[in-house]
Amino acid sequence: MDTATPAVTVALHDGTSVIASCGQVDARRHGELLLPAVDRVLAEAGTRLDAVTDVVVGVGPGPYTGLRVGLVTAATFGSALSVPVHGLCTLDGLAYAAGLEGLEGPFAVATDARRKEVYWARYEDARTRTGEPAVDRPADIAAALAGLPVVGAGAVLYPDAFPDPRGPEHVAAGALAALAAERLAAGQQLLEPRPLYLRRPDAQVPKNYKVVTPT
Amino acid sequence: MAADEPLVLGIETSCDETGVGIVRGTTLLADAVASSVDTHARFGGVVPEIASRAHLEAMVPTIERALKEAGVSARDLDGIAVTSGPGLAGALLVGVSAAKAYAYALGKPLYGVNHLASHICVDQLEHGPLPEPTMALLVSGGHSSLLLAPDITSDVRPLGATIDDAAGEAFDKIARVLNLGFPGGPVIDRLAKEGDPTSIAFPRGLTGPRDAPYDFSFSGLKTSVARWIEARRAAGEEVPVRDVAASFQEAVVDVLTRKAVRACKDEGVDHLMIGGGVAANSRLRALAEERCERAGVRLRVPRPGLCTDNGAMVAALGAEMVARNRRPSDLELSADSSLPVTEPHVPGAHQQHTHDHVHEISKDNLYS
Ligand SMILES: [Zn+2]
Repeated sequence: MDTATPAVTVALHDGTSVIASCGQVDARRHGELLLPAVDRVLAEAGTRLDAVTDVVVGVGPGPYTGLRVGLVTAATFGSALSVPVHGLCTLDGLAYAAGLEGLEGPFAVATDARRKEVYWARYEDARTRTGEPAVDRPADIAAALAGLPVVGAGAVLYPDAFPDPRGPEHVAAGALAALAAERLAAGQQLLEPRPLYLRRPDAQVPKNYKVVTPT
Repeated sequence: MAADEPLVLGIETSCDETGVGIVRGTTLLADAVASSVDTHARFGGVVPEIASRAHLEAMVPTIERALKEAGVSARDLDGIAVTSGPGLAGALLVGVSAAKAYAYALGKPLYGVNHLASHICVDQLEHGPLPEPTMALLVSGGHSSLLLAPDITSDVRPLGATIDDAAGEAFDKIARVLNLGFPGGPVIDRLAKEGDPTSIAFPRGLTGPRDAPYDFSFSGLKTSVARWIEARRAAGEEVPVRDVAASFQEAVVDVLTRKAVRACKDEGVDHLMIGGGVAANSRLRALAEERCERAGVRLRVPRPGLCTDNGAMVAALGAEMVARNRRPSDLELSADSSLPVTEPHVPGAHQQHTHDHVHEISKDNLYS
């Protein structure tokens, strides 16, 4: 599952292929949509949650409130079912999905970070990220990414900075699960299921006590 | 404690405490709390994003700690309750998401409940079943209200509330003016014990004959105290911190208890319940005791640890929901930062028969 972007996306993967998936794009209702989506996917596959052996969750980067819905849901499933919970960078899921659609590297992935910024990373190919994900203003990275196709909603939002946008626009849990299954089968370690916030919390230390007596 | 009483786990994340409690009926089995208050202290108040981040970190470990403390298995639970509002939106969402996932994974009914009603219901863990109706004075950093609850699971009526600052907020602000740090309640309570509560006559808000009888206002008091302190400082005099703390605190608890006892008399209710973080204040407890006794009203105040935000209070209300067969919430349950106090819980949209059906499906998700 992934809730790091406006998409609330859930898929069930049996180690070979995606057997059911469900996705909705609604940036404001992650909390309401995720569990019903899990229920729908399991029903469609004719199975139950306790049959799941591994939980994979997108760790972002993404706007925090929505991102946490997926992470806490995955962690709670892991605890209730006593199964491992793995994290994957959401941008890696998008890159992998772009690869499935035929895009070859190098390219970049960019999602909407709000506040006129994007979360982004650079990829050698659909499976290989070069460097850590970052958050920046599109204009500040446009030159560095010049000539590269850019995958994701971040590219669509800022055509001036990213003139060669590519699909998919949003991450799909099917791609995330497929990538995870591939890496787990190869014996690779996935990430801890912890959020990639990339920004410090907005926390303003209140100014010194404001005098209320008019002077 | 009867084995047939409902065993419920409650999750509370409306502010800066990640609380998970487990109760059986009106018996407290576990009360695990992880607080991020120290992180907020240097900001002088709760920072929502810091609270939400801390909830995510603490959620699962706190659930596991509560289960261990209670010595029960998650499979034996009869329901999962969670604060679905009111509170900080992002903070609530972490708890609601966790509760939904937990209920779904275990195939248990889910109850999204009201934070304020939970503050009242927690007293069942201390003093047994609530009398009906219950008169409740809820005072904390986020709320100050007088509530009449004929049935804590379905009928909670607001009689009055603060029209500006919450009582606890006033304590925090005055503590800041006096450079006493955050939160302000405990330190003012401590200093006030060594001060003279009658030394400075601070105003009692909304106590005039034409004022709303059950509403509160602490903003004018706060300004008045601040001005008094500034005047001393401007004159180069030392501020008598203990006397200021005592006189300020007296002004707050005088109004709170006076109005609460009056509400009891007016409504013919012979019990008063006081809850919320400010109910931990020793002077509030003492003055309420005194005035209730004089008015022939029985006072019920839970121990301080149950007055501040915790998961046990949510579990207590959840257990009552189960016991009274209230309709569970559904999987679409959302966090509602301004959930009205008149809604003690958030029942699912489905009709009862549909809901049974949902439970059939959920049961399929059990480790059968
Ligand atoms: Zn509270």
